[in-house]
Amino acid sequence: MSVNVQTDDFDLGAEVSKMASDPSVGAIVSFTGIVRDAAHSGLISLELECYPSMVEQALQSIEKNACDRWDLRGCKIIHRIGNLKLGEQIMMVATASPHRQDAFDAAEFLMDYLKSEAPFWKKEHFKDHATWVDARETDLQSLQRWQD
Amino acid sequence: MKLNVLYFAWVRERIGVASETVETDAGSINELLDELSAREERYAIAFSDRSVLRCAIDQTLVPFETSLANATEVAFFPPMTGG
Repeated sequence: MSVNVQTDDFDLGAEVSKMASDPSVGAIVSFTGIVRDAAHSGLISLELECYPSMVEQALQSIEKNACDRWDLRGCKIIHRIGNLKLGEQIMMVATASPHRQDAFDAAEFLMDYLKSEAPFWKKEHFKDHATWVDARETDLQSLQRWQD
Repeated sequence: MKLNVLYFAWVRERIGVASETVETDAGSINELLDELSAREERYAIAFSDRSVLRCAIDQTLVPFETSLANATEVAFFPPMTGG
């Protein structure tokens, strides 16, 4: 179980391989977020800002909640900050469990909470302007499904 | 009391500084927002729509009604957009 906030890129394959070395692990689910230009609007890069003294404890708390809720044998969150170019990796979560459903559900839970409760902000940079990304209502709805 | 106040993302850009020390007698986050908004227009503009504002006391997310008793660091920022 660990979290990293870093400017450097990460190796998803290496992280997953480390988790697979535990013989009780039968399922690993991973998610990778990538800088994209969905609207073909000429995005050049994404600036990632965080609240440094809060971010690690916020991620650790989200990770602990997932571990309390599902049978996880491994859990990893890596989130980058700084300026990331189109196509670069932004972040990853990976969950390892004896069972696939726990790994799938925990990975979704981590992503839903991370999007709404981890102190990161994105700014999209275009050729001649830059705009802060707005939080999405659908992200909040995704969060509510875990709160029954 | 003296508070270390931090701003992030567009809140930081509108206020023009990343952090500052604020001398205040505000009892809650809401009162602190009212007090700063009355001091200068840049605060009033940044804090005009509290539905798009979030805050933390000593690195923990809290609602605006929260008391500032024992607080040392307060942060204001937009809804988070990580992931």
